[in-house]
Amino acid sequence: MSHAATVHSLWTTAAVSPPDKIPTPHIEYGQLAPTLIVLGAAIVGVLIEALLPRRHRYAAQLFVSVVALAAAFAAVLGLAAGDYGTSKARIAAMGAIAVDGPALFLEGTILLVALVAVFTFAERRLDPAAHGNRVDSFAAQAAAVPGGDAEKAAVKAGFTTTEVFPLLLFAVGGMLIFPAANDLLTLFVALEVFSLPLYVLCALARRHRMLSQEAAVKYFLLGAFSSAFLLFGIALLYGYAGTVTYGGIADVVDGTVREVTPALAGTMGNDALLLIGGAMVLMGLLFKIGAVPFHMWTPDVYQGAPTPVTGFMAAATKVAAFGALLRLLYVVLPGLRWDWRPVMWGVAIVTMLGGAIVAVTQTDVKRLLAYSSIAHAGFILAGVIAMTPDGISSVLFYLAAYSFVTLGAFSVVTLVRDAGGEATHLSKWAGLGRRSPLVAAVFAIFLLAFAGIPLTSGFAGKFAVFKAAADGGAGPLVVIGVISSAIAAFFYIRVIVLMFFSEPRTEGPSVAVPSPLTSAAIAIGVAVTIVLGVAPQYFLDLAGQAGVFVR
Amino acid sequence: MENLIGLLVAAPLLGAALLLCGGRRLDGKGHLLGTALALASFVIGAVLFADMLGRDEHDRALHSHLFSWIPVGGFRADVAFQLDQLSMTFVLLITGVGSLIHIYSIGYMEHDERRRRFFGYLNLFLAAMLLLVLADNYLLLYVGWEGVGLASYLLIGFWQHKPSAATAAKKAFIVNRVGDVGLSIAIMLMFTTFGTFAFAPVLSNATDASEGKLTAIGLMLLLAACGKSAQVPLQSWLGDAMEGPTPVSALIHAATMVTAGVYLITRSGAIFNNAPDAQTAVVTVGAVTLLFGAIVGCAKDDIKKALAGSTMSQIGYMILAAGLGPIGYVFAIMHLVTHGFFKAGLFLGAGSVMHGMNDEVDMRKYGGLRKYMPVTFVTFGLGYLAIIGFPGLSGFWSKDKIIEAAFAKGGTEGWILGGAALLGAAITAYYMTRVMLLTFFGEKRWVPDEQGNEPHPHESPKSMTIPMIVLAFGSVFAGGLFSLNDAFLKWLEPVTSHSHGHSPLSAATVTAGTMVVLLIGVAIAWVQYGRRPVPSTAPRGSLLTRAARRDLLQDDFNHVVLVKPGEYLTRGLVYVDHKLVDGVVNGTAASVGGLSGRLRKLQNGYARTYAVSMFGGTAVLIAATLLMRAV
Repeated sequence: MSHAATVHSLWTTAAVSPPDKIPTPHIEYGQLAPTLIVLGAAIVGVLIEALLPRRHRYAAQLFVSVVALAAAFAAVLGLAAGDYGTSKARIAAMGAIAVDGPALFLEGTILLVALVAVFTFAERRLDPAAHGNRVDSFAAQAAAVPGGDAEKAAVKAGFTTTEVFPLLLFAVGGMLIFPAANDLLTLFVALEVFSLPLYVLCALARRHRMLSQEAAVKYFLLGAFSSAFLLFGIALLYGYAGTVTYGGIADVVDGTVREVTPALAGTMGNDALLLIGGAMVLMGLLFKIGAVPFHMWTPDVYQGAPTPVTGFMAAATKVAAFGALLRLLYVVLPGLRWDWRPVMWGVAIVTMLGGAIVAVTQTDVKRLLAYSSIAHAGFILAGVIAMTPDGISSVLFYLAAYSFVTLGAFSVVTLVRDAGGEATHLSKWAGLGRRSPLVAAVFAIFLLAFAGIPLTSGFAGKFAVFKAAADGGAGPLVVIGVISSAIAAFFYIRVIVLMFFSEPRTEGPSVAVPSPLTSAAIAIGVAVTIVLGVAPQYFLDLAGQAGVFVR
Repeated sequence: MENLIGLLVAAPLLGAALLLCGGRRLDGKGHLLGTALALASFVIGAVLFADMLGRDEHDRALHSHLFSWIPVGGFRADVAFQLDQLSMTFVLLITGVGSLIHIYSIGYMEHDERRRRFFGYLNLFLAAMLLLVLADNYLLLYVGWEGVGLASYLLIGFWQHKPSAATAAKKAFIVNRVGDVGLSIAIMLMFTTFGTFAFAPVLSNATDASEGKLTAIGLMLLLAACGKSAQVPLQSWLGDAMEGPTPVSALIHAATMVTAGVYLITRSGAIFNNAPDAQTAVVTVGAVTLLFGAIVGCAKDDIKKALAGSTMSQIGYMILAAGLGPIGYVFAIMHLVTHGFFKAGLFLGAGSVMHGMNDEVDMRKYGGLRKYMPVTFVTFGLGYLAIIGFPGLSGFWSKDKIIEAAFAKGGTEGWILGGAALLGAAITAYYMTRVMLLTFFGEKRWVPDEQGNEPHPHESPKSMTIPMIVLAFGSVFAGGLFSLNDAFLKWLEPVTSHSHGHSPLSAATVTAGTMVVLLIGVAIAWVQYGRRPVPSTAPRGSLLTRAARRDLLQDDFNHVVLVKPGEYLTRGLVYVDHKLVDGVVNGTAASVGGLSGRLRKLQNGYARTYAVSMFGGTAVLIAATLLMRAV
């Protein structure tokens, strides 16, 4: 009996003395309100799809999305006004979610970005009406085979994929949790919650559906691949620390561990687990921000996805993923900084240079912006590496500035069209400034902001991260950053030259007149770009106040 | 009273702003507005003057602090004004003569369609010059200094449709820039030496600084003065500046601009007093220029250019006097004021002549105009008598004092300077007599121009003659009034200090000598131009005459010494830029492009390749992290 009985007795022992009760989790609904509102609205959106007739869905979805995002933003403002960003910062939901300055700042940014993105999602004037029905950027029926009869029927019937709104809201919900996640499991769940809707959204383009579906599949495969790494890393870190909470792991790293879990006595404190696990978790996050060498999905997906989705993804995903990266590095792994800093130096350098160099030979405006976003990820990483409060606030500021420029730039891309839909090949943009000076000028402003020219938000942001990096002892990184900026400036300015100083092509694209929705999105982008560029101090101060993580 | 000082500057500045920004609405009455504001500034100046006279002579300086302009750490620049006797003298000259020139311009510019703009620039000129003389620190003075440069540029090039005017404006501006660099270096040196650039602390601590530093500051200030006051070697712009409308010439030569250099040196007296080498440089520049200008003035047939040479020469006297130190400061300023009257009068007279002669400037095509323009003749004649130093008239009192002071310098230096000043007086008498004879005496020599329009010489309108008459009064009486009971000396002495020096010659001897050379100069001119008819085309002339016609080869000198080497330098730099810099830049760009093309091929579209890249990346990440720990 000896062996079996032991096992049995273990079971029975467990059975004889059951745990008293599973404690009811204590949830601070007020402090989690922004996330809860968005996820609740997403569920309402699903119900709308299920219950409302087709013709009412668009208006209802748009209304619900806008109201929910605005309400969630108001909730963030309320929390910030209630000092939850500073003196009352705390960890809510049984240790799963942090409510602190960086979380609130990033949530606010994500919500505003999402709100503007909803405008571009809802745009229905750019594509010519099909069979008398106004259509948006999304496929009539996503499940129909491209070019098949079902698709034709769906187009004829005037179907539209209004599911994009709840998908967007689910993604936003995950993004809100991602930078606030305070344990690794919540981090992982949030990652999946926002990734899965994005995969689907990428596949929904109305035009070039094969390209869109290919992009979605690639994104999904590679995303799953990186998720696996992330999850494996989490497991290793659990093995190392016996806990998945950020604070708990940090304690073990610092050597101030409170109790040793008996079952993990053999592995706990094994630095190999820590280092390997940490690197894998980092990799999962670097994949999301599009850092070299985990960036290769970016151009393909940015190009294939419907442009409004690209804009949203490029802006909001980056904000969320950088938020999570900051928290991981500053809360969990600060004790390891001498291990990960040199590695991150390397990642930042190849990201900045790689993004900028490859962008030089791009001929498609969406791919160009994708590589530009890679280079920018490198610049932001320079601020992350600073490991100072200024580093945090500069990254927060940069993210806010960058996301609006990105969203605005992609919105402009939706306007320039020819018979095949959006005319994204750069040769078609030649002479745009002659025919549509306003649109070209707006795009030029965004490009100048990307290039970091003074009086745009890009300059203020770049200056802030480089200054923080230099103060944090990363001078060489700043030098490389400036060199990359110079390379990057080349291809931004080249587009401006192309638009304003080249002869227009005779069969060139035309600029569609958008509805007030897209106009508003672009106008907000321009306004934020210029305000943050001309008078950045208030927002820098705001980011500075929000620059302390709770642990 | 202090508050009024700001208004002195504000009135013309307001005028400039209104006239230049007001648009066409002000086309009709704008010139009257500009003139009224210039007069307003003069009235304020007069009120302040009366107030100043009412106070004890050691308690006359007023100070008005407007606001801190650039307070950064230990660096402090204020917008603050200082009105003492020296500034007051300039204020009255600038606003007084300036207002007369405004009034004159009402008539002179009557038919110019850009008249409003002209008066706006005139007001700007006054405002800048007032700022210059009222500033209580060198930095604010520099603002006025640059403002004067800007206004002169705008006015000299006012008839921008004439390429020659545009070129002249550029020339004036660029030559002035050279001087401006001197001033800015001087200010920087002051800041490093004294830690401030306010007049009071700099000048009262001047004795503490080493002589070397003071000499450096002094030489840089001299360079600045050379630029604005058209002294050798930065004199070349003055003659060309005659391309501007004649009232502008009067303003530049009498009330503003060229007097700025004299002001700067006099104001910085404490620095020069302690830097003998710099003073030597100043008197050398002054002596050379007074002869240079006089010789140029002899050869010119263009009435305005002859007068321009004369200005250069007269300013040379002032610089010479200012370089003499306390012996000469008062007389430099006194000559500046009397010169302000008669030179303004002469220029306005010249303008009046041109007005009546279809804008002809060649004196060889004048002749006998005294019958046609009696008022112009009389006022111009009085100005002429004043400038040559006819006994009893303004120029006599002030120039004589400078010659005396030059001898009083003592030693060989005194003899050389005094001799130069005497020689200058003789040449002055010669060329001014020549101008007078060519213009107003002899036979009429005018001919129809290319379009066949015969000039009909006539007297100018009242708005032009009245300022000339007022200035003629100044030309006649100002010097005498100033010298009465040494009034001007006592007025300025608290600011500039004064010493008599030790003249080897008695005052009477010097005066007698001056009279003799004056008579010689007039006599020679009479022999050449009064006794026999004047050819209406200039004879070939001697080598010196030909050189003087070309401004003693100043432009050729600049061309060979500065322009040519400059061209070679820029060509060399362009070559280096093309071959070396561009080569590096283009090479870098090409290699980045090539690298980009190669890296791009990694992006082949296959998810499996991407996954391998991610896998490899993760492996490197892990390996690097472990390696860091191992190291």
